[in-house]
Amino acid sequence: MVTIPIEIQILFAASLFLLGLIGLLVRRNIIFMLMSIEVMFNSAGLVFIIAGSRWGQTDGQVMFIFILAVAAAEVSVGLALILQMFHHYKTLDADELSKLRDSKNDS
Amino acid sequence: MNTIFYIAALVALVSTALAISGRNAIHALLFLIVSLLSISVIFFILGAPFIAALEVIVYAGAIMVLFIFVIMMLNVGLEKEMENKWLRPGMWILPSILAFILLIDFLSMLRSMNYREIRGQIILPKQVGISLFTTYLLGVEISAMLLLAGIVGAYHLGRQKKKVIHRFLEKIEETHAEAPDTNL
Amino acid sequence: MTLLLALIPILPLFGFLVLSIFGGRLPWKVVATIGTGSVGLSALLTLIIGTVFLSLPSPDGVYAVNLWEWINTGGLTANISFRLDALSLVFIFVVTFVGFLIHVYSVEFMKGDEGFSRFFAYMNLFVFSMLVLVLADNLLLLYLGWEGVGLCSYLLIGFWYKEPANGYAARKAFIITRVGDTAMIIGLFLLFINLGTLNINELMQQASLKWAMGSPLALLTAALLLGGAVGKSAQLPLQTWLPDAMAGPSPVSALIHAATMVTAGVYLIARTHVLFALAPAVQTAVAVIGALTLLLAGFSALTQHDLKRILAYSTISQIGYMFLALGVGAWSAAIFHFMVHAFFKALLFLAGGAVILLLHEEHDIFKMGGLRKKMPVIFWTFLIGSASLAALPLITAGFYSKDQILWFAWSASNGSPWLWAAGFVGAFLTSLYTFRMVFITFFGETKTEPDHQPGKLIVIPIVILAVFSLLAGFIELPGSMGSFHLFSDVLNTLLPSVILSHENVSEIVFQVLASVISLSGIYLAYVLYLKKPALAGSFNKSRISNFFYSGWGFDRVYDIVFVKPVVWLADIDKNDFIDLFSKGIAMVTIFFNKALSLMQNGKVRWAVMALAIGIVFILTIMMNL
Repeated sequence: MVTIPIEIQILFAASLFLLGLIGLLVRRNIIFMLMSIEVMFNSAGLVFIIAGSRWGQTDGQVMFIFILAVAAAEVSVGLALILQMFHHYKTLDADELSKLRDSKNDS
Repeated sequence: MNTIFYIAALVALVSTALAISGRNAIHALLFLIVSLLSISVIFFILGAPFIAALEVIVYAGAIMVLFIFVIMMLNVGLEKEMENKWLRPGMWILPSILAFILLIDFLSMLRSMNYREIRGQIILPKQVGISLFTTYLLGVEISAMLLLAGIVGAYHLGRQKKKVIHRFLEKIEETHAEAPDTNL
Repeated sequence: MTLLLALIPILPLFGFLVLSIFGGRLPWKVVATIGTGSVGLSALLTLIIGTVFLSLPSPDGVYAVNLWEWINTGGLTANISFRLDALSLVFIFVVTFVGFLIHVYSVEFMKGDEGFSRFFAYMNLFVFSMLVLVLADNLLLLYLGWEGVGLCSYLLIGFWYKEPANGYAARKAFIITRVGDTAMIIGLFLLFINLGTLNINELMQQASLKWAMGSPLALLTAALLLGGAVGKSAQLPLQTWLPDAMAGPSPVSALIHAATMVTAGVYLIARTHVLFALAPAVQTAVAVIGALTLLLAGFSALTQHDLKRILAYSTISQIGYMFLALGVGAWSAAIFHFMVHAFFKALLFLAGGAVILLLHEEHDIFKMGGLRKKMPVIFWTFLIGSASLAALPLITAGFYSKDQILWFAWSASNGSPWLWAAGFVGAFLTSLYTFRMVFITFFGETKTEPDHQPGKLIVIPIVILAVFSLLAGFIELPGSMGSFHLFSDVLNTLLPSVILSHENVSEIVFQVLASVISLSGIYLAYVLYLKKPALAGSFNKSRISNFFYSGWGFDRVYDIVFVKPVVWLADIDKNDFIDLFSKGIAMVTIFFNKALSLMQNGKVRWAVMALAIGIVFILTIMMNL
């Protein structure tokens, strides 16, 4: 059986999460943003698995399955939105989609 | 086993880092798949074989294929120059600082954690299944509905609608359509 | 039975709610059915309850129904509860019955107006508020109805709001009545502080127990309540709003500004008569105000050109008679005159409205004329109403009610020959201006041609009201003519009967005098306006005529005394330091708006970054705690 200290395991999950966060904040390409979100989802699931393994409970794995379902739904809708965005704006730049701007003061 | 864990963790971190910083979307996705596969190894080591399998099948299999499929459908050209323009080195500073602060937070949280002894256990798919369909039955129903909503939403949003434009607006639309191409 | 009593006001409220929510989407026939039907059902219920009430009187002469507790705090208890006694019965009968006829009339009158459903919604709301006013068992609920009718009056005067003048008239009515209402609510506060209750019945008992005759508090509260009544009933010195209120549609003038709302002041004084009896000085003031108002309005009515303004001044004058009766303690005579006046004045307004409608919004009586042949039904009914207003002896209801007031003005213990003389001159003026109006409008040569005849829905309510204007007088015959006191017998279970002082004078002399003065007024009108118009013409050009025409210059005086100084003060006070404060708030807000709207650049990465920074910040703080 594995004898890795639990801190190391959680630190690993946290590092993955932070990488995902950095990617989300840095990238302007919306596909990369979506990918970063996937990474973050995954690392959150990893923490559940670690905790489930630590306590010998099934709940962690059940939660991971739920996260999986949410991620799948999110990705399918998100990719469909990206398709529409590309169709309408011919770009993947997230900053181009700034229609929510308070146009009165800007323009 | 421990060695395999560390190797897999290292591979996962490096490939994730490459994935989020890559210029080419297809390459980045392949790195991401590598990362997911190594995480699946870690799941296996942590005593969750069922989840390891799911990770490979659903994440690395289905979801990433979806990504690749969409990227291919979009068929974006001139990507390198665009990304070079978008990804200036200075942009990494603030997110990195934020991530560093967050990492310190995590570390301090880990230091104050009490349950340090190592006690990993293997949990078999059967137990997971029993738990899933007894205690969490309601959750399963709800996620089923969520997935259904996701399917319907994706179908609805993904449709390429035929634009219906009044004949007075057609001219305006044409001049507009020509202008923004410079962005690509 | 008590449930039915509660239904009487609830039905119009229901009609109002339905019409205000769905009115715009319903076809006009449905709107008309709901609008008139709700009031019609109320009238039917009133008839049932009235019959039961009169045939099976309850021991204390009261039907009460308590719906729910409204306010119960700090010793103040006010319930939503209705109380039917003889006085309320007369009022709800007039409100629902005359109200129903006017609603029926309005269906045709307002047909094709774009605000058709809005009109009926307001009218129903008005009927509801008026019923709450007269059925309320405590003064707070009464005040609610009182303000409700004020609101409806405002809304309906300004009904054709696209004309700025109408909006001005509505505001004028609202603001001037507000002066009286402020006095009234202060009076309510005083009553509550000193007597600890607002329930009318308990209030009256407490007042007669705690306050001596003529004590300062009784005088003060009675005077404040009188202020409210004066404002609502358009008496001196707050009478100037009523002639302008004629900007509203004619049915509104008939219902609100003739039959019901303007008599709310009369109701209030009759309802709190114990208080007024404790304050003889104020009661005398009521009589004096009534006498002065009826003279002043009578002179003004004599010079008006607008048909509706004549009727408006005449309403002020007739309410002056009611105040005169209240002032001399002839409570039931005042209420009797209220009822009769409601019939014939509603009739006059409706018939006058029909004339105006058929002549395409022609208000000026000098541009009418010769309509006797053109619209015979309207002519005869209008004539009946005018005869009743002019108190034509024996056959009209107005004669019996006005004669009673004149007789009591002399003979009651509070009365005096001066009050009688004012009423007597007023009666002469009344018949003079009334028949001036009739002769100019309906006789002589035709100046404007009506293009169609009034429909059934206009004629039927007018004819019914005409019948009532003739017959309603016979339920109360004076002592010299059979002494038949059906009306005052019912009311005297509640209101004290008149204390006579001059028993030695024979009543019949006064009746003959009143008859003679009424007939001579008609004859003078005949001479002046049919036989020798030149005489009247020379009077019309005189300065005194202009003075009367402008309503004795009250508007100009108020303008100089109140409006101008306030406008002047507001003008010089435009840029004081208080404004700096509010402007400062605006400037700070605009600054933050600018700063924050910079953040609203619509970029999703910006939002994500802000979110991340916030989360990191909060987590860091939580870690270090």
